[in-house]
Amino acid sequence: MERPTSRRDFLKTAGGVAAGLGLGSVIAVAPARATPAEMQEAIRKVVGSARVTPGRVKLDLPPLIENGNAVPLTVTVESPMTEAQHVRAVHVFTEKNPQPNVVSFHLGPRAGRARVATRMRLADSQNVTAICELSDGSFWSDSAGIVVTLAACLEDGI
Amino acid sequence: MASALINVPARAKRGEIIEIKTLISHVMETGFRRTQLGAVIPRDIIRRFVCTYNGTEVFRAELHPAIAANPFIVFSTVAVESGTLVFSWTGDHGFSATETAAISVD
Repeated sequence: MERPTSRRDFLKTAGGVAAGLGLGSVIAVAPARATPAEMQEAIRKVVGSARVTPGRVKLDLPPLIENGNAVPLTVTVESPMTEAQHVRAVHVFTEKNPQPNVVSFHLGPRAGRARVATRMRLADSQNVTAICELSDGSFWSDSAGIVVTLAACLEDGI
Repeated sequence: MASALINVPARAKRGEIIEIKTLISHVMETGFRRTQLGAVIPRDIIRRFVCTYNGTEVFRAELHPAIAANPFIVFSTVAVESGTLVFSWTGDHGFSATETAAISVD
């Protein structure tokens, strides 16, 4: 038969647990998050010193999404897609995901139409930017804001 | 072997723009998640997707951890001749999958 816990024992244990928690929160490191500045840096890495002009590309995102684990996005570029004038690449970046890069699509005149779609993960409500590179070497961009109710990357694994 | 779903029209007119949809089963583990014990779950993603049309590359994509699980990619190409479209995905830990689709162009 075990003796009921005395007040003294209870306080000792509770104090120990509290100290442990305090220590734990000091050690815990904030998760890595890309910032708008990191996104700009990632964009610079792709475009180099070229100028990025807003326009000609359209990024379609839902304005509000419940589940950040699968966000549909469509990028459309106005281009005749001929040998002389076509879209070479489409890049997508985010501001607040752990990494700014999302995806890079490489197209060519054989694509016929400059329209690509996929599904991505978003860790937070944020702005998403799409940048397209045309065959003449110019870069064009479009941004869209999105509100995410349930963020990706937060749930624990098994 | 991962299973993939590919949607390509079986027949097309010459010069017609066809839309291709691909979906492959893959966890796309980001490498940012942790187990309940605090250990980081190692990254396991598909990094590259390539589509070739009778041997010529018509579309390529580089994927990052921000792509949702079971990568779904939609793109288009011009139906120029009858033949085979080959889709291949490659990724971490030696992941590799290839699918083919036949198209007849008239």
